[in-house]
Amino acid sequence: MVIELVLMAIKTNKAIKISQKHLLGIQDLSINDVNMILDEAHDFIKVNQSKNKKIDALRGKTQINLFFEPSTRTQSSFELAGKRLGADVMSMNISNSAIKKGETLIDTAMTLNAMHPDIIVIRHQDSGACNLLSQKVNCAVLNAGDGRREHPTQALLDALTIINRKKKIEGLRIAICGDILHSRVARSNIYLLNMLGAEVNIIAPTNLMPKEIEKFGVNTFTDMKKGLKDCDIVMMLRLQNERMTSSYLSSNREYYEYYGLTPDKLEHAKADALIMHPGPMNRGIEIDTNLADDINKSVIKEQVELGVAVRMACLKIFCT
Amino acid sequence: MKKQYFINANIIDPHNSINETGGLIISEEGKIEAVGKKVNTNNLPSREKPIDLKGKYIFPGLVDMRVFVGEPGYEYKENFKTLSNAALAGGVTSVVTMPNTNPIIDNVSIVDFLKRRGRDKSRINIFPCASLTKNIEGNNMTEFGLLQGKGIIAFTDGIKTIQNPRLMSRIMNSAKDIGCLIMQHAEDYELAKNGMINSGIIASKLGLSGIPEIAERILIERDLTLLEKVKCRYHISQLSSQKSIEVIKHRKEIVKFTSGVSINNLSLNENDIGDFRTFLKLSPPLRREEDRIALVEGLKDGLIDVIVSDHKPEDEESKRLTFSQAATGASGIETLLSLSLELYHNGSLKLETLIKALTSNPAKILRIDKGNLSIGNDADFCIVDIGKPWIVKKEKLISKSKNTSIEDKKLQGKVTNTFVKGKELFKL
Repeated sequence: MVIELVLMAIKTNKAIKISQKHLLGIQDLSINDVNMILDEAHDFIKVNQSKNKKIDALRGKTQINLFFEPSTRTQSSFELAGKRLGADVMSMNISNSAIKKGETLIDTAMTLNAMHPDIIVIRHQDSGACNLLSQKVNCAVLNAGDGRREHPTQALLDALTIINRKKKIEGLRIAICGDILHSRVARSNIYLLNMLGAEVNIIAPTNLMPKEIEKFGVNTFTDMKKGLKDCDIVMMLRLQNERMTSSYLSSNREYYEYYGLTPDKLEHAKADALIMHPGPMNRGIEIDTNLADDINKSVIKEQVELGVAVRMACLKIFCT
Repeated sequence: MKKQYFINANIIDPHNSINETGGLIISEEGKIEAVGKKVNTNNLPSREKPIDLKGKYIFPGLVDMRVFVGEPGYEYKENFKTLSNAALAGGVTSVVTMPNTNPIIDNVSIVDFLKRRGRDKSRINIFPCASLTKNIEGNNMTEFGLLQGKGIIAFTDGIKTIQNPRLMSRIMNSAKDIGCLIMQHAEDYELAKNGMINSGIIASKLGLSGIPEIAERILIERDLTLLEKVKCRYHISQLSSQKSIEVIKHRKEIVKFTSGVSINNLSLNENDIGDFRTFLKLSPPLRREEDRIALVEGLKDGLIDVIVSDHKPEDEESKRLTFSQAATGASGIETLLSLSLELYHNGSLKLETLIKALTSNPAKILRIDKGNLSIGNDADFCIVDIGKPWIVKKEKLISKSKNTSIEDKKLQGKVTNTFVKGKELFKL
């Protein structure tokens, strides 16, 4: 039986088991891990479109969602993914929890750990919070965003969306534009897209560009038109409005003028270029509202749809 | 006290330019009676039985210029007793304590308390600093003259920096009038805002805000410019970057000042932070390997005068947090000498250069008669087995707090005995 499995793995060139216990970031994954998750997620797309969306892959398993930061799509996406797989899902409401009474992350983790969950999904405002948590609990930890470090499931769902439309990632030129400095989505996407063989262009004003980002193996641009030249994919990031007060930028309207995605700037990309955005969007600040809704160019809604499939795949793989 | 005789030791005493094989005699009063090659079996009284050190080294007791003690206010992190035991295990016999306690050491009455506690509980020489400004708020200066009269050795805001240039210039004027030493922790707050580690690829990768080297350089440049007008005793507590070294190299030709470096910045770089190791969250932060090498070179060229442990005990609860929430600093007084010896063993620095930066140089800056083996002086010294291999284990540390930056590191060279005023207070 085991030998058969190994033979099958060799034949199909697939890993049989994920190399990591936790999903903390794309940085820790091998290409085999990534392919395994994307293949699994691909199968779940159909499940999610069918009439009966429930399977029992995780029946009897307990999933805890621990969101220290507000979130709509990621939290609901993880909750739905867990439920569709048949897991018992508990979402902690941080505003009513002991955290507010001064409990540390580790103590909260130990408390939850004592309830024997099989998987904890965590989002936290501090970079590295999921790493700390993973050292203290027995179950698998899935990172749903930590500070500005990583947001692995977002990058995976972006990759799945691109593959779904373009049938490949290798050789594509992909622009990531906006507040790169504070973006975990950008970091995870840079690692993943590089790993899968894309050419990555980073577009941002210098104030929003992380130091030495070019060492990640990307091209950097402060001129959006140059950065968009011949791109197959344009990934826009949310401008975090609180940045305005700390003088990263002068104003929303100037930002839109230089870094907002408008039809005339988009012309520099390939004619069949697709627009992506991890949401939530600021219409009229980083993206023209008509472009965001253009069904021929924008795949923003598809990203959300495939997000559930990717999270189902991650839950299933890391939970079992 | 009985007279004590040691022979067959390698003695290094930079203050007296001694670097030779010989012996040491401690008088009945606990003073150095004789030292050097002339002390050998041939000229000792025959009834005495000398201790044969078999080639071990004798160094003057180390003088550590930057040490945080939790007393008063944070006794659970470190008190005078635990600090002195930890220091003795590391061959340190004199420490300069930082004023960042609770309350802050900023007035005469608290100094009296400190002196009494230091005298009653400590087994090593304590030289307390007071703060430059009241409550280290960076607004009003403390009473330098009165405090110095009570035995304050130097003035510093410790972990804080005087940001206001007008205040800094006035502090320098007062320091010049009174003749006291001031020490600056060089960091521009605005440039370093929210920063946790060196600004660069590691910070970008870990998603942490960075502290650019320019935050240090710009403050050093400012202070050294002010110093051109007012010639006071000024010391930069810790340097951390290549660029800062370039600045001080240039400025040394114009003004007189001294500077120090933490053993952490000499031995580690930003890559050691790895997967969010909070014990390596330090101030100034660990920087690139190029910076570390430049610091070692700076020490070699005499641009940097002293090595400090920057011993900052923090309890487990302050470190078992996310990186941004965790306290800054590492415990290091016990490993100061052993970690410094790594630079000798790997050929980076001469043994004499290291010992000078750990003994006679700090003593000279502080104007204290410590860190030497001069005849008639207190017999404060340590005996070191320079080749002895050992591994740093936090549970074996004597300090009350176990936040070492070099857990599991393999070191070579360990203090086997430490003497203060002729008394053996530590034995391995």
